[in-house]
Amino acid sequence: MKTAPAGAVFVSGPAGTGVMRPAWRARPRIEQCPLPAPAIHRTIRHRFGNLLRERLDIFLQQLVNGLTLGSVYAIVALGYTMVYGIIQLINFAHGEVVMIGAMVALTVINALVGANLGWPPLAIVVAGVLVAVPVCMAIGYALERVAYRPLRRAPRLAPLITAIGLSIILQHVALIIFSRNPLSFPQIIPIVSYHVTDNVEGARITNVQIAIIGTSIAMMAGLVALIYRTKLGIAMRATSQSAQVAGLMGIDINRVIALTFVIGAALAAVAGVMVGTYYGIAQYQMGFLLGLKAFSAAVLGGIGNIAGAMLGGLLLGVIEALGAGYVGDLTNLCQIAHWSAAIAERCVSDPNLTLFGSNYQDVFAFFVLIAVLVFRPSGLLGERVSDRA
Amino acid sequence: MHAHRIGPSRAIGLTLVAAAIFGAYGCSKEEPKKAAAPAATPAAPAAPAPVAEESVTVTIGHAGPLTGGIAHLGKDDENGVHLAVDEATAKKIKIGGKTVKFVMMSEDDQADPKLGPTIAQKFVDAKVAGVVGHLNSGVSIPASAVYNQAGLPMISGSATNPKLTEQGFKTIFRTVGRDDQQGPAVAAYIANELKLKKVAIADDATAYGEGLANEVEKTLKAAGVQIVAREKTNDKATDFKAILTKMKGRSPDGIFYGGMDATGGPMLKQARELGIKAAFAFGDGACTAEMNKLAGPASEGMICSQAGIPTQMASKAFTDAFTAKYGEVKQYAPFFYDGANLLIAAMQKADSSDPAKYLPELQKISYDGATGHIEFDEKGDRKDAEMTIFQMKGGKVEPIAIIKAGKTTKIGGDAQASASAAPAAAPAMAPAMAPAPKK
Repeated sequence: MKTAPAGAVFVSGPAGTGVMRPAWRARPRIEQCPLPAPAIHRTIRHRFGNLLRERLDIFLQQLVNGLTLGSVYAIVALGYTMVYGIIQLINFAHGEVVMIGAMVALTVINALVGANLGWPPLAIVVAGVLVAVPVCMAIGYALERVAYRPLRRAPRLAPLITAIGLSIILQHVALIIFSRNPLSFPQIIPIVSYHVTDNVEGARITNVQIAIIGTSIAMMAGLVALIYRTKLGIAMRATSQSAQVAGLMGIDINRVIALTFVIGAALAAVAGVMVGTYYGIAQYQMGFLLGLKAFSAAVLGGIGNIAGAMLGGLLLGVIEALGAGYVGDLTNLCQIAHWSAAIAERCVSDPNLTLFGSNYQDVFAFFVLIAVLVFRPSGLLGERVSDRA
Repeated sequence: MHAHRIGPSRAIGLTLVAAAIFGAYGCSKEEPKKAAAPAATPAAPAAPAPVAEESVTVTIGHAGPLTGGIAHLGKDDENGVHLAVDEATAKKIKIGGKTVKFVMMSEDDQADPKLGPTIAQKFVDAKVAGVVGHLNSGVSIPASAVYNQAGLPMISGSATNPKLTEQGFKTIFRTVGRDDQQGPAVAAYIANELKLKKVAIADDATAYGEGLANEVEKTLKAAGVQIVAREKTNDKATDFKAILTKMKGRSPDGIFYGGMDATGGPMLKQARELGIKAAFAFGDGACTAEMNKLAGPASEGMICSQAGIPTQMASKAFTDAFTAKYGEVKQYAPFFYDGANLLIAAMQKADSSDPAKYLPELQKISYDGATGHIEFDEKGDRKDAEMTIFQMKGGKVEPIAIIKAGKTTKIGGDAQASASAAPAAAPAMAPAMAPAPKK
């Protein structure tokens, strides 16, 4: 009962990211080296020639994009699911913690770059993370202590509204401190891209993407180890099952709940730095949509379930990338031009006539979410009481 | 002026929320407003009445944001009008046999559409002879109805939204081009100068971005350029890799994006990370130095367009006089300077500062100003307005060509070379975007 979900998590991580494996092995090599192409890939290329190879490259690229995005969602989703698992509260301010993590790291990195200390780029980014994590932990603690703890016995709607209020307050504090303008994240780590297949022009993975996916997996593994292998983890799981009984057993519930918030905030801080360095941009509103999607990921996987959050995050990222990449073509009305003269006529001047274009990028994920929830209301990995943390 | 698209009303709303939470912040916002008001008022009482027997005072209104995020641009415009007014007074122009003393009445519209009509009414009540402004399209459009009803001429030197002059108002003019002239201009450059054959287009699904991208698409198609992909994102997105990857699958040699720099910069950066070598083109929303900050070295070589002529192309007489008095020209000052001079020239021609009398003269004016020759069409738009194509060079957006009435004039010797070499420049960008060691 203890180990089964943990095992599942480990499988879902590397299995989902299987495509990237060759790229990791190639890391020590200099970029642009062809990587050993998987055997299947080779056969496909032989059979279907260049066209398919190009398509496969595009597909692999979308997969790489989606997995990178998905691992960020997964890390943020963990924060939502942990808090929900333990006190059944949806902490809507969590997205804002991610944003503050990014902003703090940005400030530190900018200061260090400006100071010109001659530090290696990686050390500067790590320094940014090392400052952002404690700041976000402090915010996470403060949120719990000031806003949620006094409301723990209040009707469930009260802390939910408080969470939304806190989210707005944090956004505007950031607006005042960091301005309304999008801030550029200094790109101090030179981007090196490796091609995933033996096609030099084909799918690529950059060192930043590898770092994001790697860090996410390491953090997920660390979290799982914490929850299933430590005393604190046992206390967290006990509290999630029944706070009252856990209290009677001598567990300091307040401390456990506060620590849950703090751990979630630490993950959020790292996610913030990852998003910032990946996209090279940070803005006071960046936490909102990210938080909403990560929350959806948590629901998709089954809120309250750690492995579910990871699976949901990765899935959501991949669905989004593939959705934006392919739904436009799949719903291209010109494919059915022979059905209707009116469509055929319009296709002459506009061959890109589609029903759903990439502007639905943010919507696909929610389509899938609804579809899953209709058939599995408790999410993909359900809400088995024993899995909660 | 594209700043109106950032949504001043939302910005104000946010400020109000912030002010409600942080009282101190709200207070500090009040100060500049109070400071600006007394500066403007002395002109108002002096405005209507003639001062002496043989000399009269004619007041010209200026409106623009003098506080807030784009206050520096509003001040730049105000300086342009001020210069024109001072020069006209110094010339001792006679209207109706009397020497005229021109004064400026400047009002702060805070780039807020809601304040547009209020300020306009203020000018009408103060019986100014004409108005130069407003800076933002979003403010100019609601204000224009008030001016039109009062029969008061208004000339904007920066409002580019087509709607301003499409309302059929007889008293509304502009000295700058329109957004719907910008798309065709940048498309013409892509098709005729860069000679690209397969172009992918994306936009941010805003009125501005989509409108611009549609214009570009139309013109490119007409020029025989193949549109290989038409994608959409939104103005708050940060991840463009999905649509860029899709574009990459169609191997375009050029990509046009209709949107602001906040999304255009990251998009450009991500495209280079994906190994897309296509040339990138943008509209004025992403024609800023910010692009270099957001996209880093990937921004080098990008093309973008702006309405009007670049500030460094304004007439030397204007530039010298302006810099001596106020320092560097920021953006639209020459267009506002011309706006004020057009009003004065029309008054001279009609020999009257009565709007009803000089308005017909303004409509059919033919005038050589700081920004070149100016004539208005029946809508009040500038005939053959120029569009400028810029290119990112060494981290700065520099003008490389001016497009007027479909004809392209290249600027500067080295610009000529680089523009003609642009198709070759696209592959040359590759090393810059790949793993090039950069700091």
